[in-house]
Amino acid sequence: MAERVFMKGTEAIAEAAVRAGCRFFAGYPITPQNEIPEYMARRLPEVGGSFVQGESEVASVNMLYGAASTGIRAMSSSSSCGISLYSEGVSYCASARIPMVYVNVQRGGPGIGAIQPAQQDYLQATKASGNGGFRMIVLAPDSVQECVDMVYEAFDLAERDQNPVLLLTDGVMGTMMEPVVLPEMRSDEELKAFREKFMPRAIVGHPLGQQAFCRPGSVGDGQEQENIKAAAMYETWDKDVRVEEYMMDDAEIVFAAYGISARISRAVLRELRKQGIKAGMIRPITVSPFPYDAFRNLDFDRVKGIIDVEMSIPAQMRWDIDFAVQNRVPVKEVLRSGGQLLTNDQVMNGAMEFIKEVL
Amino acid sequence: MAEEKKVYTRTKGIIEGAVSGFCPGCMHSTVHKLIGEAAEELGALDKLVRVEGVGCCGLGQFYVTCDETIAAHGRAGAVATGVKRSSPDSLVYTYQGDGDLAAIGLAETMSAANRGENFTVIFVNNGIYGMTGGQMAPTTLVGMKSTTTPKGRDPEEHGYPMHMSEIINQLTAPYYIERVSCDTAQHVIKARKAIKKAFQYQLEGRGYCLVEIVTSCPTNWGLDTLKSLDFLRDKMFTEYPLGVFRDKGAEEK
Amino acid sequence: MARIEINAEACKSCSYCVLACPTKTIEIGKEVNSKGYLYAQQVNPDKCIGCAMCGHICPESAIEVWK
Repeated sequence: MAERVFMKGTEAIAEAAVRAGCRFFAGYPITPQNEIPEYMARRLPEVGGSFVQGESEVASVNMLYGAASTGIRAMSSSSSCGISLYSEGVSYCASARIPMVYVNVQRGGPGIGAIQPAQQDYLQATKASGNGGFRMIVLAPDSVQECVDMVYEAFDLAERDQNPVLLLTDGVMGTMMEPVVLPEMRSDEELKAFREKFMPRAIVGHPLGQQAFCRPGSVGDGQEQENIKAAAMYETWDKDVRVEEYMMDDAEIVFAAYGISARISRAVLRELRKQGIKAGMIRPITVSPFPYDAFRNLDFDRVKGIIDVEMSIPAQMRWDIDFAVQNRVPVKEVLRSGGQLLTNDQVMNGAMEFIKEVL
Repeated sequence: MAEEKKVYTRTKGIIEGAVSGFCPGCMHSTVHKLIGEAAEELGALDKLVRVEGVGCCGLGQFYVTCDETIAAHGRAGAVATGVKRSSPDSLVYTYQGDGDLAAIGLAETMSAANRGENFTVIFVNNGIYGMTGGQMAPTTLVGMKSTTTPKGRDPEEHGYPMHMSEIINQLTAPYYIERVSCDTAQHVIKARKAIKKAFQYQLEGRGYCLVEIVTSCPTNWGLDTLKSLDFLRDKMFTEYPLGVFRDKGAEEK
Repeated sequence: MARIEINAEACKSCSYCVLACPTKTIEIGKEVNSKGYLYAQQVNPDKCIGCAMCGHICPESAIEVWK
């Protein structure tokens, strides 16, 4: 039954995953996502699932790979420098086409960086989460409710595509509390239907002649054939592009931001509207596939400039914006990083400077 | 005349008619058939799940008839943890070489053993990296030449061989640890018994079992098959003595 | 009477069976299989006692034994 509760982002993610049918979780402690494994350690045994505290992120993601290979819904979570250690296992899952979900609660970087929130893993998340050039659907929530809804749906997407799905969030979203409506627990029948596609490959033991293989890599031209199949699957993601176009009907100044930066930008653009400035926002909800068309199809006679707001120095999403916009309007960056939070004032000041130049 | 009876037959655990990709005299293929025979004798071939390590053991994927996944180098212990916990009725084993289990996968190996995960580890120790071309392994003997120790393993620089069965025997959780070999028919029969016992224990839910098989690598040792048997017995068995390190099942009886 | 069958195509000429046979009924022959290996052959079938030592030790599962 759907219920409305007041929950912290990380715990809401964990509960939503359980309700989505997740029955295996492996993870390694790292701030600021520790409440996810802690919640799972309490919750999974209640629903007949299994929680393992891995000896490292490398081990945890490989446990996830093993668990998901048996056809159950499995998840893991980590943060930034921990996520770097996930590349091996994520790449293996992408290669063997294993559906699984993992969460990056981003913190400052590079390296050990800072434990405070950041958005410095954008390019890693959207372009190269491991070797081999695979792609994933990467969902970027901007509220605890979206965290819940996206995790719940992420398993369906993973099973539909037989591919990993990443929830890219940050330390703010993970630690803040908001009222959320929790989805209903997936029934066994529903899960069975979702799993059907994968089950012939589930490595659980089969009678002679019906063996299941979950293999990353191949021999001869097998690997290239797998890559061609995967590439064709990525091509079907145009329909999965999700973007919020907020107050864009008459916008002359366009904020571009995802996740926590989008929340801050939204508050600022409302203030600007009060001052009579026609500001709007394009918020990528899927950062992969990226909503290039939302930028490409802007009315460049009307739009005077784009403000890229990110908690990353240097900017990262800017690459995707530039790719779509191709210098047709100026792009201004308003950035923080290393665990330092953007403030409304900083975004407002940056916006005002830019507005003076372009309007 | 009494009707003749088949007294030794090829196991259904390896693909009918398939010839292994292993080198002449390599005991990886022996171990593969023993795994098949042990599972077959237990009537558990249809439950068998192989988590394959990286290296020469990768050739096994074209040779065995069980469900299978391939772990990244060293991660078999972690992958098998995920598999077994999610599918407790499966008979899960990892198949790992010395580089895989004792070098790159040391953390995963020790941690899975320490948790007492209920799967079986088949550890093939031939003292060298095979597939990549004969580099030094943690188990390479002192003085033994490898492509990365061209003057032989020097303890001053490279340390000493690692004894994984002995090290894992320091942990409390493991249920059964035995080191065997495949150099004689008698040893092969003993190795099969060890694997079968480990599988039996897993089916009974007893926990972590390790069977280390000390083998030769004629190709990378640079010896012919028969001389490599001599080296195995003279040098490897001295460093890695065969025997049962722990058998909680026998103690309980 | 005991007998063995050697799958010549699977034999890689390691000679382990030759060593294992207690009655010396196996030898490495002079003919090669399609992979170029001189394969093992039974030379004194009458002496075979069906002990299956050759079968056990053969890495390639190339020998089957009847008794």
